[in-house]
Amino acid sequence: METTSPVERLLRGVALTLVVVFFMFPIVWIFLMSFQTNETILRIPPSVVFSPTLENYAALITGKLQTASGTLDIAFMRNLGNSVLLSVASVAVALLLGVPAAYAFARHKFKGSEDIAFTLLSFRFAPPLLVLLPLTQYFQWLGLSNTYFGLIWIYQLICLPLILWIVRGYFEDISADVEYAYRIAGHSWFSTFRKIALPLAGPGIAAAGLLAFIFAWNNFVFALVLASADKQPVTVGALAFVTASGIQYGQIAAAIVLSITPTLALALYAQRYLVEGLSLGAVKG
Amino acid sequence: MTTLQLKNIVKRYKSQTVLDDLSLDVAGGERLVLFGPSGSGKTVLLRLIAGVIEPDAGRVLIGGEDMTDVDAEHRGIGMAFQNFALFPHMSAFDNIASALTSRKSSKDTIAAGVHKVSKLLKIDHVLSHHPKALSNGQKQRTALARALVGSPPLLLLDDPLRNVDAKLRFEMRLELPRLLAAQGATVIYVTQDYKEAMALGDRIAVMAHGRIRQIGTPAEIYNAPADIEIARLFGDPTINLLEVVPQRGPDGAFVELSDMRLRLPGFGAEIVGKQCVLGLRPETIAFAEAASQGAIPVTVEAETPLNEKTVTLGLTARGREILVSRPAGTPGPVAGPAHIAVDGRTAFLFDKATGRRILPSELASKRNGEAA
Repeated sequence: METTSPVERLLRGVALTLVVVFFMFPIVWIFLMSFQTNETILRIPPSVVFSPTLENYAALITGKLQTASGTLDIAFMRNLGNSVLLSVASVAVALLLGVPAAYAFARHKFKGSEDIAFTLLSFRFAPPLLVLLPLTQYFQWLGLSNTYFGLIWIYQLICLPLILWIVRGYFEDISADVEYAYRIAGHSWFSTFRKIALPLAGPGIAAAGLLAFIFAWNNFVFALVLASADKQPVTVGALAFVTASGIQYGQIAAAIVLSITPTLALALYAQRYLVEGLSLGAVKG
Repeated sequence: MTTLQLKNIVKRYKSQTVLDDLSLDVAGGERLVLFGPSGSGKTVLLRLIAGVIEPDAGRVLIGGEDMTDVDAEHRGIGMAFQNFALFPHMSAFDNIASALTSRKSSKDTIAAGVHKVSKLLKIDHVLSHHPKALSNGQKQRTALARALVGSPPLLLLDDPLRNVDAKLRFEMRLELPRLLAAQGATVIYVTQDYKEAMALGDRIAVMAHGRIRQIGTPAEIYNAPADIEIARLFGDPTINLLEVVPQRGPDGAFVELSDMRLRLPGFGAEIVGKQCVLGLRPETIAFAEAASQGAIPVTVEAETPLNEKTVTLGLTARGREILVSRPAGTPGPVAGPAHIAVDGRTAFLFDKATGRRILPSELASKRNGEAA
């Protein structure tokens, strides 16, 4: 352990505080905004002193948006539900397909394996708008437009390459000897995959899953084009707050707070898996 | 006890041939050491026997049965890896038990087996620890225990003492033969340490460039190395290798050292005038009185006391370096001119072009091997 002088510790604390304040300020400000009415938000000069109100959250939860020109129906809670459904299902499907594929690419070098892996990655190179036009056509022919199934399928473009390439790296990092040792001890390759490879790549799989979830959650353009109102996630649903009688800042803030909560909670929960250095001590020390 | 036969094994990685038409016969209950420098294909060969790597050509027979196309888990082999290859997410107990759980034995049988072998290897007090919490020695013993616990008829040990410290290595080198003998298994032991090879092997197979260059008892390998490279690999300090051209004398061939004649008994015309390399083990050379017969003058350059022996570096009249080893505590010159006595019967003569041994001949080397 290195020893640090009190001055050093103080300076470090100040620096850390500055960084945290800089990055956290927008989130804190939005959090404060979500408890204010549009009038208090827009007053000049802005102030942190206000009487908090829950009407933004109430409007979101009841789905009745009060504007100057009357009551508007918004489907925020439904959008939130869609977001959860789409992201969870997409990541689940991507993990189910991607993790075994990643293992295959990591452990079995077959003819063309690199090409296939690269092709899967290349899905992320093309600008989404470029593929969207033909996709819309296909989806209409196949009857997939505006279905959860179709959306989850399209979300694989986002999730699958991500999981495949991250998890593959983790599998490659596992010493092949460790797996050989389990095979020689009398276990089948599948049981080796389940009992050795999966647990050891666990932190990597968690990290990849989390990243894929965030990317899926934040996706806007696929859902905008391929889904109509009742299947749309929050990212698209947020457009509803731009109304004829102005932008509803308070509700937008409340909507943001609600929609970042799941990803934030997931990130905090998964954090301990991400830092867990499981493979330490596995080989020579 | 089970036999192992390898028949014409070939293994290539891309364009590189790692194992080149290699055949090997190991008798039941034999301890065979695979010895060779790194990159000679020892580890690949071991994995091929274990069944985790497939040969491009050739057959692997275990106990007379063709196992070439049998998966690793059905070969009934025990193996310990150089880097231990412990399962980091399992306790030492589960690591060792992994070799038994696949057999659907009862929990009690498994526990009894694990405790028995861990007691034998003195790790019964750390069974609940994960590999992270084990010392290097304990990791190595855990890996050995995992290989031994199922009492496999064929045991593959891939340089298991490589990554442990010198003290532990010495301890294990004493302990292993007893342990392996108690198992009664056929053992293939890979090492890069010639002392380990000589201490543990019934026979040693010396590998280089994907082939077995020589196979024989430790004494055979030491007293009759098949070529220069093998002579150089066995022995510490390494063998003296001097380029010579044998000449014809009145009573057979001789070579010149410091302008003195060193007779090579039993050889005549066939080696005269040939470019050769003379091999002299440092411990076969002794310091001698100047007046004694055949004494070769040298200049002592330096002396290195090792624990049990003292190694002296001398220069011949033509400036060639010669190492002389003698037991520590015995008298010897420290500097300046001195004389050495060399017995031509203990010398090796190699063909410089091919590296193969010419002298002593196969017949003579057999005799030496038995004597040693």
